Amino acid sequence: MTGTPNVACVEIGGIPIALSTSDDGFLDLLRQRYGGFLSSSRPEFELEFDLTSSAPVSADDVRVYRETNNTNTDDEWIFERGDFRAHWDPRTGRGRVRQNSNPYSLDSVLRILHSLILAERGGFLLHAASAICDGRAFLFAGVSGAGKTTMTRLAPSEITLLTDEISYLRPSPKDGGYSAFGTPFAGELAKSGENCAAPVSALFFLEQGPENRIQELSSAGAVRRLMRNILFFAEDRVLVEKLFATAYDFVDTVPVRRLTFYPDTGVWDLVRKFDPNFEGNSGRDFERHFEGVPEHA
Amino acid sequence: MPESCTYIARSSAIAARALAGEMMVMNSADSTFFTLNEVATAIFQAADGHTPLREIVRDRICPQFDVDPEQAQTDAEQFVAELSGHGILLVSNEPLSAETNRETSR
Repeated sequence: MTGTPNVACVEIGGIPIALSTSDDGFLDLLRQRYGGFLSSSRPEFELEFDLTSSAPVSADDVRVYRETNNTNTDDEWIFERGDFRAHWDPRTGRGRVRQNSNPYSLDSVLRILHSLILAERGGFLLHAASAICDGRAFLFAGVSGAGKTTMTRLAPSEITLLTDEISYLRPSPKDGGYSAFGTPFAGELAKSGENCAAPVSALFFLEQGPENRIQELSSAGAVRRLMRNILFFAEDRVLVEKLFATAYDFVDTVPVRRLTFYPDTGVWDLVRKFDPNFEGNSGRDFERHFEGVPEHA
Repeated sequence: MPESCTYIARSSAIAARALAGEMMVMNSADSTFFTLNEVATAIFQAADGHTPLREIVRDRICPQFDVDPEQAQTDAEQFVAELSGHGILLVSNEPLSAETNRETSR
């Protein structure tokens, strides 16, 4: 049933966004999907949804670009894939989305919008699981199959899951580091993260192996791996340059390591004891090679 | 008949940063990401649009990395072709303006 536009404010990463629709069923869907992230805060941004019955979820590549090709950084953004098309005006903070009622399309649109907002604010979305342990957030990144969901499944019960798929990172002016926030964007675990945040203590790039071991990475190796795991869609050189600057700052600020792990609960003991001030230098990774391996963010 | 020259320039659609001798390059047009080793970085940095590739190899690559000129030229051409295919470098048989927009070269 449809009628007057109804609004739900969804606050992810401390950024409240009003989502409005005149379709009651869609409003119910998004209230359920983002239940832990509904907010009464005053929205910073607004997205209005027009639903269409066509356009099933598409495997096409997403495109995110400014509508005009000049250098005006206030131009309207277009997000488009086979199953949605959105306009977003950064000057007014308002946008309009045309999509079907599929929640995966909605997730994609929200992730794109957050990635743009974060890029301007020195943060980013990372293809990584994250969890809070003893007041500290740990991130576990890697390609599909590297073990992100496995790490969350192995976590002790007192661990707070922020996400098993898409981590949300923002600079934290208070301590000069970064904070990780929970997200509703679930992976294989099919479970929303908790709506809370903590200072990031370490980022681990996962590899499965015969034993649990933490190894250092060179700065270049860390930036390279980080860049390959950041979710970024915008066709915009200025934002890409900002993203590079953010990635360098993150690697400068946050310990980034390689975590080889054998899938048992012992790996969490190693993580909990991790202290960058008391670790050996063995296993430093000095990879140097030309890699012509394009990866779509 | 004079030998034809190949000129290379960096695309304006890319962002690049160097760290510890390694150049990282991202093409903002499609979010493809590359890292270049030291030799590739030297070619990339010398891609000013008006220095012929053969001159870059002869004057910068061979002395700096102590490599066989013919082999270096072959490797450089292969590298340039690969990055050109990804829109990172622009290639022409005439001088180009540095950091040319990808579309203008087509």
